[in-house]
Amino acid sequence: MGSVKAELLRLWKWPATWVLIGVWLVMTLTFGYVFNYLALNGGTNTRDLSQQQLISAMQPENVGAAVVRGLPMFGGAIILVLAALAVGSGYGWGTWKTTLTAGPRRVSAMAGTLGALGIIVVVLVALTFVVDLGAAVVVATVEGWDWSLPGFDAVEALGASLLIAAMWTGFGVFLGVVTKGPALSVGLGLMWAIVTENLLRGVGSLLGPVESLTKVLPGGSAGNLAGAVGGSGAPGVLNDLSGTTAALFLVGYVVVFVGAATLLKVRRDLV
Amino acid sequence: MIVTTEKLTKRYGDRAVVDEVSLSVRRGEVYGFLGPNGAGKTTTIRMLLGLVQPTSGSAQVLGEAPGTPRALLKVGSLIEGPGFYPYLSGRDNLRVHAHRRGVGRTHVEAALEQVDLVSAAGEKFRRYSLGMKQRLGVAAALLGRPELLILDEPTNGLDPAGMADMRDLVRALAAQGQTVLLSSHLLGEVEEICDRVGVISQGRLVAESTVEQLRGDTVLLIRADPIEKAHVLIEGSAMHGDVLHVRETDAGALVRTLVRADVDVREVRPLRRTLEEVFFEMTGAA
Ligand SMILES: Nc1ncnc2c1ncn2[C@@H]1O[C@H](COP(=O)(O)OP(=O)(O)OP(=O)(O)O)[C@@H](O)[C@H]1O
Ligand SMILES: [Mg+2]
Repeated sequence: MGSVKAELLRLWKWPATWVLIGVWLVMTLTFGYVFNYLALNGGTNTRDLSQQQLISAMQPENVGAAVVRGLPMFGGAIILVLAALAVGSGYGWGTWKTTLTAGPRRVSAMAGTLGALGIIVVVLVALTFVVDLGAAVVVATVEGWDWSLPGFDAVEALGASLLIAAMWTGFGVFLGVVTKGPALSVGLGLMWAIVTENLLRGVGSLLGPVESLTKVLPGGSAGNLAGAVGGSGAPGVLNDLSGTTAALFLVGYVVVFVGAATLLKVRRDLV
Repeated sequence: MIVTTEKLTKRYGDRAVVDEVSLSVRRGEVYGFLGPNGAGKTTTIRMLLGLVQPTSGSAQVLGEAPGTPRALLKVGSLIEGPGFYPYLSGRDNLRVHAHRRGVGRTHVEAALEQVDLVSAAGEKFRRYSLGMKQRLGVAAALLGRPELLILDEPTNGLDPAGMADMRDLVRALAAQGQTVLLSSHLLGEVEEICDRVGVISQGRLVAESTVEQLRGDTVLLIRADPIEKAHVLIEGSAMHGDVLHVRETDAGALVRTLVRADVDVREVRPLRRTLEEVFFEMTGAA
């Protein structure tokens, strides 16, 4: 598919792609391993994790959980920014105009963008896994632990990671198309991912209906899926829903976001 | 016919930005789409490319509905300035576009050569000068050798030398039989390179014809002595101060008539209205 190749080429050579992925990898390393390692070795701030929990969190066999726990909030926010920028900037640059007059149908053009973003996001999750695994092996070796490679539950955690990442990607694409620009879409998206849902959770502790709602909002569903597959000890990870329920909500969000964005893209005049 | 529109209309609110425009572009011609700022040129072109849906009326591009792959793949366009990824080089931008158009890499190099951008092809688009950006836009439009080239104000922002280059490029393409639809608010440009023009003003197509026809018949200016006698002798002549204007092409016959009647003829020359005068007359601008 020409449209996927075209989009992949331009996203691959886009510095922002690698800056965002790089920032995420540094964050996941810092919060997942560096701080935990320092805390384990006589740091004063041990968060509220016991030594045993810290060791378990850094074990190579738990690397799947380490990947997934970062994605409901901060990793998701980065993915959302990437998607919103990728779609939103095309309006200001005039590249959507170039794209939609090139030949392929609008649906294909949109599928190209989604496909290429999907590949980039898979690369992001895969790199997170590799980097986390590397860090875990280094820590385990340095500390002289008995360690083993991750087993089948890592596959489950990675699947959940991809679903969470897909939801945030869809959210970003949706915002980019709706707002027709990078600034507002990124602003609104970050606001939602990091501020709004947390505020609602705060309100939810006072108001029952709001609490039930927060569990199934995009970030809430992502957090619950992450919690269900073993993620823990990171902001945004929740344990209020079963994994299946959370996964179904996420699939629903992906369908709604991607469907609405595509419909808008196909129907709306481009001026 | 390469392009035909039938009462093509676009309304924003209750304002018709393009108002029942029926125009036609023929194979192999350079069609000038002329109108002042805000006349509706870009909006019309957007409808021809399917970027904007008409409120009413219809259009056909190469026998297809606008915006369908069958139409788009045969049309190359540059609308209201080039739209490229600023962080990619000119060549990479064309490669991205080539993937979308389903053409190979050799087309990219050929297009770069056509617009004389080979040496700067490796530089980032962001760093291009306005003229280079515009040329890259034309190169993208040329990818895949489209049957119709639509250029919306391709000389916008260019200096005189850049404008001349662009005109030369369009002329060279036209010489190879390329059909071009070119919008402009510059009369000189259209006068120089277009075969036919459509004049649009406030959304309405006020004229469509060849440049010659648009200028109207040739009028002769005659300065003679005594001028009143000449005025009587020449049927249909009009006094304009101390000169006569007459719609006539046979200057020789006129002069003979006057000389035989003992009128001294001091000057006879064609008085051609410039396209500018015609344009201002039609568009009702100052
Ligand atoms: N999306 C829109 N909503 C409302 N009005 C619009 C929209 N797009 C264009 N217009 C109006 O339509 C009119 C024609 O615009 P258009 O861009 O087609 O003119 P143009 O002939 O290309 O002018 P120029 O020579 O300045 O490029 C303008 O008055 C403009 O304000
Ligand atoms: Mg315009």
